[in-house]
Order: sequence, then structure tokens, then C-alpha cells
Amino acid sequence: MTPILKIENLSYSYDKQIALEDINLSINPKDFLAVIGPNGGGKSTLLKLILGINKIQSGTITIEGKESTLCLDKIGYVPQNTNVNTDFPIKVFEVVLMGYTNHKKSLFGYSKNEIQRAHEVLKKVGIENFADNKIGSLSGGQRQRVMIARALFASPKILLFDEPTSSIDAKGQKKIYELLKDLNKEITVIVVSHDISIILKYATKVAYINRTLVLHDIKMDENQFDTSNEHFCEVELLNLLHNGSKKSCSC
Amino acid sequence: MLEVLSYGFIQNALIAGVLLSICAGIIGSLIVVNRMVFLAGGIAHTSYGGIGMAIYFGLPIFLGASVFAVGAALLLASISLKQKHRMDTFIGLIWAVGMAIGVVFVDLTPGYNVDLMSYLFGSILAVNREDLYFISALLIAILLVVSFWYRDILAVSYDSEYASLRGVNVKLFYTLVLVLSALTVVVSIKIVGLILVIALLTIPVYMAEKLSSTLASMMFISSIFSLLFTLIGLYLSYTYNLTSGASIILVAALFLLLFLSINSLRHH
Repeated sequence: MTPILKIENLSYSYDKQIALEDINLSINPKDFLAVIGPNGGGKSTLLKLILGINKIQSGTITIEGKESTLCLDKIGYVPQNTNVNTDFPIKVFEVVLMGYTNHKKSLFGYSKNEIQRAHEVLKKVGIENFADNKIGSLSGGQRQRVMIARALFASPKILLFDEPTSSIDAKGQKKIYELLKDLNKEITVIVVSHDISIILKYATKVAYINRTLVLHDIKMDENQFDTSNEHFCEVELLNLLHNGSKKSCSC
Repeated sequence: MLEVLSYGFIQNALIAGVLLSICAGIIGSLIVVNRMVFLAGGIAHTSYGGIGMAIYFGLPIFLGASVFAVGAALLLASISLKQKHRMDTFIGLIWAVGMAIGVVFVDLTPGYNVDLMSYLFGSILAVNREDLYFISALLIAILLVVSFWYRDILAVSYDSEYASLRGVNVKLFYTLVLVLSALTVVVSIKIVGLILVIALLTIPVYMAEKLSSTLASMMFISSIFSLLFTLIGLYLSYTYNLTSGASIILVAALFLLLFLSINSLRHH
């Protein structure tokens, strides 16, 4: 199988400080990758490099074999903070339409096809009835879905989430992950999160980043993890991943 | 009362009021949603430097004010794209320096006797034909830009980070909005004066924002409100011999008070 996303020998540093060192990562279509690691460990740097916000210094990132900066429309991005500008006078479907890449957009106003497509993706994330509502009238969880719809608008191959549940409550988080699991049937999902307790239930691969990257394929033994008490200790997880056996956790 | 409308200067004032209200409604909406109110205030006051220099060198006032305002807009745009956290400092700086330049050049002008107050508080009844051409040209430019690039401007205003990821030229549209704001500020000086221009660009817009669910409807409603306040203000100004700019702003403020009272009553 050709990998959908391939990162080779990627290093990045800010001034004199090395943020990422010799990262190698290969993701297949329909993988569900969780990117975890401590704050300042390089998670967001990697994300910015994949999205083309930061320029690659050394190494390569390819999407389906092509240089990633040439096919950014294949990545649907859902940013961390979905509570920006909630007073803004804008309807839900207009936000979704912003997912269109520049060169494909109609010159004047919104075309019929575009509006139809917006309704389609809103249906996919379960909030089509809110298409004509003002964005500020939605709850945090619903707004998160709008952002997912916006990311899905241009039919990307990869969905990239930055801390998808940082601004919603625990119940809403679970619903979002169920939605991601559903979307994962057709699309590759990458989630950057520090919230490993919930992510392990859904991820097929876990990349642990702390300057360097360690990849774990957990598809085979996902049921080993007990996440029922909504808490999971990172140390316990890492021990588990490294040793393949459960150890007691003191935190 | 109707015979008043036959006076040329009243006709000019009314036409200017209508044109400016539409400019202010559209640009005011963009200023408010982009949180550029303080920025627009800085540009307005900086343009006084241009007015002072234009008086000294005997150039058209609009020209001097426009050059200063657009220069300030370009400067602030480049600063905000590079050093956003220092914005307020730079706004304060150009605000004061612009005003100071204006005051000094007016001091230097020999035999100067133009009423300074007319630039600070506006004098819509002194609008002439050239002013009207200038405002018309600006309105056409604003309408063209906003209708052609509505979606880009909307994307940049709502979520600039995401817009840049989608290939929208954020810098270009941010600068464009600022330059149009600067020019709107300049033409507003004639109507309400540079001290009061911010009120015209914010009060109607604030009310419109609460009533709109799209940016386009916000622009439309703001324009209607601006027009209403301008016409009522002008009427009061003419009837009771009051300063036009101040009358317009006080009418707007009264409507805002009414609007807020109705709103809070509805919520209880």
C-alpha cells in the first residue's frame, strides 16, 4: 500500500533550539493517527510543517508521493480554538464555504453547487438543520462540527485535528470522537492531542513526539486499554507501549 | 421647510450625507468585525497632519488628508502583519505625531483664518462639488472591492489564519480594508469632523451587528442607520443652528440608547 502521508528525515529548529530531530513517519490511507507528547515537545511544529505554515528546513513531507506544499488542498484542517469571533455576523453555511480552496471558487457570490456541497458536508457531521443559523447561536460542540464540515468541504484525503476537544465538555468530546471514527471509514484522520485517555479508544497508530518521534501500531491490541474511568496516565501508556504489559500507575 | 431643499448647499449636503452613509455603513462594518476601531481612530487623527500641510502649501485639503491617512494605513498594516503585539504603541504614536504636524503647519501658515473647528467637528453645509466627486469615486471603489472580493474579505475578517491556509492573500486584503477605511475617514472629516468620525463608523454598525446574520446584511443595515442619523442630525443642525457633526453623533447616540433599552427589556 502506498502511504498517504510520508515524512522522511524531517528536522526543524527555532533559532538555536532544535524542535524536531530526524522525524520519520508513514501513514496509510484510513489510518487513525494520534500524535501525543508533552507541551513543547514539537507536536504543533510538526502540524505547522505538514500544513505548510512553517517552511521545511530539512527532510521531506509527501502526500501520495507529491510534495506536501503542492497539494495542501488534500488536507482538511480543524484548528484548536473554535470559539473565535462568535459575535461575527456569519451563517453556518458561509463558514463551511470557506473550506474551498482559492482557485476553485466562483467569482461572484455563492454558486448553487457550492451551497449544495455545504449542505452535504453539514449533513455528514450531523448539523444540516443549522445551515442558516448565525454561527454564534451554536454550542461549542456544534461549532466544532461546523469546523469539521469546513475541513471536509474540499474533499480532502487527510483530516488533521489540533486538540479537537479542548473547548468542549466531556460528553461532547465523546460525540466528536464517535464522529471522527465514522469519518475515518473513508478518510485518514490525524489528531494532535494531549488527551490520550480518550484518543486511545479510536487511534490505530500513536506517534509520541518529544523532539524525536516514536511510532506505535496499536491496532492489534487496542482492547487492552481500559479507558472506562475517563482517566489514563501517560506513564502507564508508555510503559504499556514499550513493554507490552500493564504496570501499576501511581498518578 | 421644503424651499430649503432648493438651496444648492443643502442639496450638496444631502447628497454627501447619502453617499457617506453608504461608505460608512460598509467600511464601518469591516472596521468593527476586524477590530480595527482604535486603528481607524489613529488614522483619522494622523490625517490632521495632512490637513495642516495642505493649508500651508495651499493644496487641496482632501489631497493632503488622503496622503497622510493612506500613508498611516500602509504603515500600520505592515506593522500589524509583523509586530501585532506592538500595534497599540504605534497607533498612539502616529495619532499624536500626525496631530502635532497639523497644528505646527497651521501655526506656520501666514494670515491663517480658516476655521480649525470645521475640521475637528465637520461642516457638511460647506460641502462643494469637488467633495461630492471625491465621495462618489470612493463609494464606487468600495462597492467594487466589496462585491468582487466579498468572500475573500469575509474569510480574512472571520478567520485570517484559516483563510491564509486556503490560499487567500491575507496581507493584501487586510491592507486593502485599511486603505479604504483611511479614505472613508478622510471624507467623513468634512461631514462629522475627525474627532467624531469614529462614532459614525461604530454606533450604527454596533446596532446593525446585533440585527444581522451575515456581513452583507450588517453593511446594509449600518448604511440605513447611518443615513437615518445623518438626515435627522442635519435637520436639527439646520433648524436649531447647531454644529452638524455633533448633531449627527448625538442623534446616533440617542438611537443607540433606545436600542439598548429595548434590547435589555426584551431579555427580561
